[in-house]
Amino acid sequence: MADPKFLRFDTLSLHAGHEPDSDHHARAVPIYQTTSYVFEDVDQAAGLFNLERQGHIYSRISNPTVAAFEERVAALEGGVGAVATASGQAAVFLAIPTLMGTGAHIVSSGSLYGGTHNLFANTLPRVAGITTTFVDPRDPDAFAAAIRPETRLVYGETLGNPGLEVLNVPAVADVAHAAGLPLMIDNTFATPYLFRPFDHGADIVMHSATKFIGGHGVAVGGVLVDGGTFDWHTSGKFPTLTAPYDSYHGLEFADEFGTQAFLMRARVEGLRDFGAAMAPQTAFYLLQGLETLPVRMARHVDNTRKIVAFLDEAPEVSWVVYPELDSHPDHNLAAELLPKGSGAIFPFGIRGGRDAGRRFIERLGVFSHLANVGDAKSLVIHPASTTHATMSSEELDAAGVGEDLVRLSIGLEDPDDLIADLAQALRASQRS
Amino acid sequence: MDIILAGIKVHASTGGKPFDATQPTVVLLHGAGMDHTVWQFQSRAFAYRGYSVLSLDLPGHGRSDGPAPTTIAGYADVVAELLTKIGIDHAHIVGHSMGAFIGIELAARHRDMVQSLTLIGVSERMPVHPDLLEAAEADDHLAFDLVASWSHTRTAHTGGHPTPGLWMMGSTVRLLERSRPGVLHNDLAACNAYDSALDRAGEITAPTLILMGEHDLMTRPKGAEILAAAIPDSTTFIVRGAGHMVMVERPDPVIDELLAFW
Repeated sequence: MADPKFLRFDTLSLHAGHEPDSDHHARAVPIYQTTSYVFEDVDQAAGLFNLERQGHIYSRISNPTVAAFEERVAALEGGVGAVATASGQAAVFLAIPTLMGTGAHIVSSGSLYGGTHNLFANTLPRVAGITTTFVDPRDPDAFAAAIRPETRLVYGETLGNPGLEVLNVPAVADVAHAAGLPLMIDNTFATPYLFRPFDHGADIVMHSATKFIGGHGVAVGGVLVDGGTFDWHTSGKFPTLTAPYDSYHGLEFADEFGTQAFLMRARVEGLRDFGAAMAPQTAFYLLQGLETLPVRMARHVDNTRKIVAFLDEAPEVSWVVYPELDSHPDHNLAAELLPKGSGAIFPFGIRGGRDAGRRFIERLGVFSHLANVGDAKSLVIHPASTTHATMSSEELDAAGVGEDLVRLSIGLEDPDDLIADLAQALRASQRS
Repeated sequence: MDIILAGIKVHASTGGKPFDATQPTVVLLHGAGMDHTVWQFQSRAFAYRGYSVLSLDLPGHGRSDGPAPTTIAGYADVVAELLTKIGIDHAHIVGHSMGAFIGIELAARHRDMVQSLTLIGVSERMPVHPDLLEAAEADDHLAFDLVASWSHTRTAHTGGHPTPGLWMMGSTVRLLERSRPGVLHNDLAACNAYDSALDRAGEITAPTLILMGEHDLMTRPKGAEILAAAIPDSTTFIVRGAGHMVMVERPDPVIDELLAFW
């Protein structure tokens, strides 16, 4: 049987989006550190502004280095294209006004990154009149029950925060599609190496590229990927994509751009008007990360499995949450959807609560105590003594962040060094 | 705009401007299993340069109702009926791949209607690989993958989409996934069976431009040369660096050559 001969994931992570340029034959993606691009003539300039011709006008809208990053992420996710943004939060936000306006409603998993929860729960209602109903990520029926006539988006994270709830993407996608709605997934924790949401029914994906995509912890960025899977015309609920747009002389995005409609509107309206663009230098850093994404993620998962096994047996540890453990409620779903691993970020409970957590954090030597995840270096945070220090134990429990919870992001160090570091800090944590 | 033809809705994208029958008309015909969006890089450019654009979703495709005609001649007759229905007695016809075959048949069967003919990614025959036909008949996703893979150059398999941030391989696969069950097979079978191109070529009176991708794997430039030799008034232009999806991979030369040709 004939073979389509598409380039595979590991090859795309090194090559997608870039060919050596014809002038200098640079092998690496050059950093096009420019704000703007000289027009060939007046006619070409007018064509670019009216979307008749393709190319770069101004680096807030597009830039060659950023475009290479965008294409590479789109290739790895299996989408039709991507828009890079100044941060992951900018990517989440960019999707919202591209799809909906005042009075609209979102149904979201309640198990979310705190920044996204704040945006949905507090900021969007205030600035845009867009409200969100949060539901149990383990209950697709709850997503269905929360959908209203004005709902325009169903949202979730591949792996929830902090419980690592594995979202049943195929089931939630079915719920969304039955209601004529797209499903958007935050795939930051999994990366396309471990999970490709479009292969399971999702329509839009976003990443905080600051995390595993970069991997080095030197650049903040985000990316919004369009699966090109959702039929905006059939749904009929998205006038931003199916009705004439005055700003481009009556352009109807879904009619002119078909599968790429969402992405085109996100770029030519969203980046133009909101301006949260990625800098070319940032795209360069993130491209360096993407080149090694498959080998890094495999090692992240290997190390994580060893550390999870160690902690699961450690007497100072009262519980460990990781979807591959038999004790995790989503164990079977993780085996089905995430066979290559459930990421490298997980929480565990330390005996002795808030005080033990503080002593543990302060004794760690290899792990870095900071507010980030997905770095090549191992990271740790104890919310009860840092990000959530002002909350009572009752408030912490209500937020799903008990005072004994420690979150680890496992890096690429020698796993024996990581285990030794954890072992000595755990012992120290139990001495008062 | 939507045109109702014998109770069937046929959709035509007009490049972002309302259709105006007083201007020269350009009719864009897509290839097998695709739809009007393959012309997204040309239709706006033509519409904003004094042409009225009808970028068709052929029956059974895109936003048009079905069924899809089963022969190239059947498609050509539908296009002719459509133009008659909206009062267009002649137009610049541009066809890609299967659309080019439709253009050849239209130019031979409805000579007066064709002001000029442009054939993109064409050959005197389009024999379809039996594995592709078999996969398409079974509505196997492999058929979409094979068409996408063979339609693009090696460079396009890596990237470099003319529109910043778009991923060409993913876009072509998604476009084909939107085709209705059986439509890709219907179209490929029609192309495979069509053996009249060379005979029809001699009957074409309209000035004809043939645009070929330098690295076209689906319709080899050699086959286009044979066809060009049989068309009385034809010019051939090779688009450097392009594969079969010439208008997607190299939109600007396609726009420029067509504007110069008309």
